Amino acid sequence: MRTLLLQSLFTRPVTVDAPSPEEIALVELGNALKEQAQRLFGRSITIREVDAGSCNACELEIHALSNAVYDIERFGIKFAASPRHADVLLVTGPVTKNMKIALERAYAATPAPKWIVAVGDCACGCGVFSQSYATLGSVQSALPVDLQIRGCPPRPIDLLRGLLALMEQAVDPKPAT
Amino acid sequence: MADDPITRLLGSARKLEIMQPWPRLEVDRSTWMAIGQHLGGGAGDLLSLWAEAGFVHLALRAAGLDHPCVLSLTIEHNAFPSVGQFHPPAIRLERAIQDLYGFIAEGAADTRPWLDHGAWGISAPLGRQTPAARRDPADYKFLPVKGSGLHQIPVGPIHAGIIEPGHFRFSVNGEIVARLEQRLGYVHKGIDGLLAGCDIDQGARVAARISGDSTVAYSFAYACAAEAALGIEVPPRARLLRGIMAELERVANHLGDIGAICNDASFVLAHAHCGILREQILASCDRAFGHRLMMDRVLPGGVATDLSRKAAADIVATLDGVAPRFAKIVSLYDETPSLQDRTCTTGIVDRSLAARWAAGGYVGRASGRNFDTRRDLPYPPYDGASLEIPVFERGDVDARVWVRIKEVEASIKLLKKWLAELPEGPVRIPLPPQSAPREGIALVEAFRGDVLIWMRIEGGKVMRAHARDASWFQWPLLEFAINGNIVADFPLCNKSFNCSYSGHDL
Repeated sequence: MRTLLLQSLFTRPVTVDAPSPEEIALVELGNALKEQAQRLFGRSITIREVDAGSCNACELEIHALSNAVYDIERFGIKFAASPRHADVLLVTGPVTKNMKIALERAYAATPAPKWIVAVGDCACGCGVFSQSYATLGSVQSALPVDLQIRGCPPRPIDLLRGLLALMEQAVDPKPAT
Repeated sequence: MADDPITRLLGSARKLEIMQPWPRLEVDRSTWMAIGQHLGGGAGDLLSLWAEAGFVHLALRAAGLDHPCVLSLTIEHNAFPSVGQFHPPAIRLERAIQDLYGFIAEGAADTRPWLDHGAWGISAPLGRQTPAARRDPADYKFLPVKGSGLHQIPVGPIHAGIIEPGHFRFSVNGEIVARLEQRLGYVHKGIDGLLAGCDIDQGARVAARISGDSTVAYSFAYACAAEAALGIEVPPRARLLRGIMAELERVANHLGDIGAICNDASFVLAHAHCGILREQILASCDRAFGHRLMMDRVLPGGVATDLSRKAAADIVATLDGVAPRFAKIVSLYDETPSLQDRTCTTGIVDRSLAARWAAGGYVGRASGRNFDTRRDLPYPPYDGASLEIPVFERGDVDARVWVRIKEVEASIKLLKKWLAELPEGPVRIPLPPQSAPREGIALVEAFRGDVLIWMRIEGGKVMRAHARDASWFQWPLLEFAINGNIVADFPLCNKSFNCSYSGHDL
């Protein structure tokens, strides 16, 4: 173990650079967010992820955000186990009817003010499962969505970009140039 | 031909000339029951059990049969004799049939709803579709647990980590788990219903999303089933490209799992390193095939994207970089007593249970079940490939880690061999028109075990399809594995199984 730790000391970090400000898709953010974001978030947000019927591909990529390559915590973004500790609910999946109540309870348990980010095509209402007897079809049909990050699944770098947009709003309500 | 009771029973059954490549046989009620009893007696493996309007189908594999086969029984009075009463692995599948089609499994001990939580507004959505009053999802009778000093810990459907939803009801005595009961179905999306009526390519997009971590395996199985039904063979280059994608998916998932298991034993170092290696594989897949998880890249008729020579070299270089670093993590895993203390002798699956449930993948192979679809029911490009299939006997978390370690090593070898001998040629052929109804079935080895896809095609459309994930026969074994273990070891046991919720809930 010592050798491995020692080697790691002298290797260059594998972490990718942060996406540049112009890459950050601020336009996707809703107005409601802009008004209060800075005061409330400061420089950090805590996220509770809720799988509301995803195929698990989105979860794999959200997971990847915490690895050494994307290292999302360097931006002050972290994932929490309880919705009670969260500012943001990151919701994936077409919202299955079987998950609707659990999702609503997670929302109710999240202290206000709170934001909903829909991740992936299913959550954004354009996935393959939207027309089924067993799904609501999108996160929007269950909860008010503030930000959508599309993709099937979105790449970690796209997720990072979307979440950084949220953070940019927090630090500087004006769109970055 | 071996003289096993199932083969004898099926000798006189009428063969329906509609399905490829396995036979489909029409059976009567008494044969159906007798088969159920023999499965219960250990004479064969249940591969799946599903329904459609008017029929119930059972796929099985027995020592004396050249191929696995599908048995079909006509539904009478909205019912069929329960197989689960003789052979427990069928119980959850029968409960799912009851929920989706409204067919009653006569004689079944457990008739509680499984996928239907009372939220759809209809009952039997793939059958009679009768309006149904909504039920409180909490209105579900868990099995009773008796004894002094017991208390319950309900967990889920939303779990603490970034994982799929499901409910676990632990009955514990102090720290010791006396019983775990699972309740699943939260991510039921109606996949069987969505597949019915769509054209073949559209269906491929749905199949690719049955379980996102096994997207290549599901697309592969879907493609093989469609091609069997249409009677076509894909070009040699496409076959090998499919194998390459399937093995890359296996390596990436196993790397993720090995790291995550170590993480659940608080050994973060291995998790961090495995995370980097997994990321490098996925990034290489992205450069080569245009998608990190290679979703929608395997299609009926071949593959969607060709592999450039440069990208092939890129994959080889990535694997060459990963292999020595993985070896270091493996020796770290093997030489860290505090980690071994957590994984060894934890969450043991008895080999008789693994055999009875015909548990696929690392769950079966860590408990002495020497089966791998790639070797035992080979499909291109695995036919003729020499494969190392690691089998362990101990059945604990450690054994499931070792199966994965050995499979990563074997897959890297296989990948390098295939990438070196990739033939030139087309990668996709057009699908021939087909008007008469035809059926195809395929079993493909995903990273977590065998997945099955059956479908009926008519006039270019999928009329009915069924997907069975490896998890159907692994989830119940997790209930056994955790018994007598401490609550704190559950995440470790659970991660060592890494069952799919989406693939199971459909």
